[in-house]
Amino acid sequence: MVYLDFEEPIKLLEEQLEKTREITETSGVDTSKSVKELEKTIAKTRKDIYSKLSAWQKVQVSRHPDRPYVLAYMNALSDNTFVELHGDRNVKDDKAMVGGLAKMDGKPVMFIGQQKGINAKMRLYRNFGMANPEGYRKALRLMQTADKFNIPIVCFVDTPGAYPGLEAEERGQGEAIARNIYEMFRIKVPIIVVIIGEGASGGALGIGVGDRVFMLEYTWYSVISPESCSSILFRTWDEKERAAEALKLTSDDMLNNKLIDGVIREPEGGAHTNHEESYANVKDAVLKALAELEKLKPEKRIALRIGKFEKMGVFND
Amino acid sequence: MSVQEEEMSWFKRIRKGILTETEDKKETPEGLWYKCPSCKNIIRSEEHAENYYVCPNCQHHDRIGSEEYFHILFDQGKYRLLNPNITSGDPLNFTDTKKYTDRIRSVIANTGLKDAIETAAGRIDGHEAVIACMDFDFIGGSMGSVVGEKIARAIDHCIKYKKAFIIISKSGGARMMEGAFSLMQMAKTSAKLTQLSDAQLPYISILTNPTTGGVTASFAMLGDLNIAEPKALIGFAGPRVVKETIKKDLPEGFQTAEFVLETGFLDKIIHRKDMKHQLAFFIDTLTQNVKKTKK
Repeated sequence: MVYLDFEEPIKLLEEQLEKTREITETSGVDTSKSVKELEKTIAKTRKDIYSKLSAWQKVQVSRHPDRPYVLAYMNALSDNTFVELHGDRNVKDDKAMVGGLAKMDGKPVMFIGQQKGINAKMRLYRNFGMANPEGYRKALRLMQTADKFNIPIVCFVDTPGAYPGLEAEERGQGEAIARNIYEMFRIKVPIIVVIIGEGASGGALGIGVGDRVFMLEYTWYSVISPESCSSILFRTWDEKERAAEALKLTSDDMLNNKLIDGVIREPEGGAHTNHEESYANVKDAVLKALAELEKLKPEKRIALRIGKFEKMGVFND
Repeated sequence: MSVQEEEMSWFKRIRKGILTETEDKKETPEGLWYKCPSCKNIIRSEEHAENYYVCPNCQHHDRIGSEEYFHILFDQGKYRLLNPNITSGDPLNFTDTKKYTDRIRSVIANTGLKDAIETAAGRIDGHEAVIACMDFDFIGGSMGSVVGEKIARAIDHCIKYKKAFIIISKSGGARMMEGAFSLMQMAKTSAKLTQLSDAQLPYISILTNPTTGGVTASFAMLGDLNIAEPKALIGFAGPRVVKETIKKDLPEGFQTAEFVLETGFLDKIIHRKDMKHQLAFFIDTLTQNVKKTKK
């Protein structure tokens, strides 16, 4: 278990709990009462801490290494029927962008999303969830296949950004993201987007145009990461807390600003404390949204999708 | 949103200090000189302006604003601005080293511009067209809600009156002070471009120095034709970021228009002095058979 800096009180209590349990095992002394009490204290402490997280702390939770990543959601939501499909039919197979066919409660669905690595080795293999142009083009290819066969699309977003490398520029990172955004407005089937971790800028939006866009409770979505925002606007990396606050990047802020359609609640203490509950919450939200969207005609869905994004913006006329 | 016709009026100069008649526009007081930042060649400012703000020695294309482009591209320099009075809100109540609203106010006062884009309707060699042109002087040509809204309304105007659409991009990317609102302008403008496309109207994207970030990753790369001015910096990530990522020096000419043409993302690089007639040729040729089939 990895603990974030502000989770220190939880860490201490859980260590104490562990020791108490050991006492029972080694000496046979009945500690069930104190175990129960400790468990209660832990739950309360966690609740207290998580009920008043700052924007920056929520960003930290969104990056928690024990959170479920995209492939885990794809498998869990489809009862392991998910079959990964590879390649952009052009350059290569981008390991940071994954996608494939699955069935959710028997119904076909196309899953797409950025995959971060689950350990040091895999993080390199997955390029930390930073896709190259071929990743976005693979995503678009899969979306268009889904569209052809009238299969709804679910995109899971979890990326610190599109990869800013030399070859990414050579192969048109900007064009790839632009093309995806544009084409996602022409896809006839329902598109549901769920931010499950980090929603960083154009890299997120490149698979982020949807009839419904949801954010998990402790995730962030904005035009720039708080660290980069701090370095550009305040000329230092140390103002990330201030930048996180100023950017209004949390799920509740994004919903208040009507830039997303809903917030999916996480288990007490964050998605990393209870994966099963996180999967269930996401699955519920996705199925409910799909049921609503499937009642609409494709032309209507597209018109509403365009209309929703068209309304975004604040200005004086 | 619908284009509000009553709000449009024939172009009135709104910027301080520019009160000369159109035909006298290029007149510059004698004795002012322009030194090319690229080759250090010195010429009279008047001559430089007459040469489309391009250095006659090394062809360096100087950065110019929307007003200059409109004068260069529209017939007789005549056009009318669309929605010239939209100004920025402050959706996040944002403050960095200064309040966003104060920053906007001071940039408006200093530049005479209302935001980082101006949209105008006129004729290009007789062809009806709308040009949306970004201004780098306004917070680095950054894209916020006003840029998105003005492009959206310009597209509505094009669809209503069946006009060709041109965007001249010149931007450092998204406007951070508007956070995710700024990000969503990428989606908003792209969404509107699908409607323009459905109406079979041409969209020509002109990328000028510099075009990076969210602008590259949305409307700038989505033209039926993507055109650039010579040597313009064009990219998604800025060169500094790329350099930090790969921890190596960048190859010569990386992210120049010439590089982007070679990698396959531009149709053509066009010298500013040829831009007007080339645009007219493209609009004419692209729409010739469309008009026929619609009869």
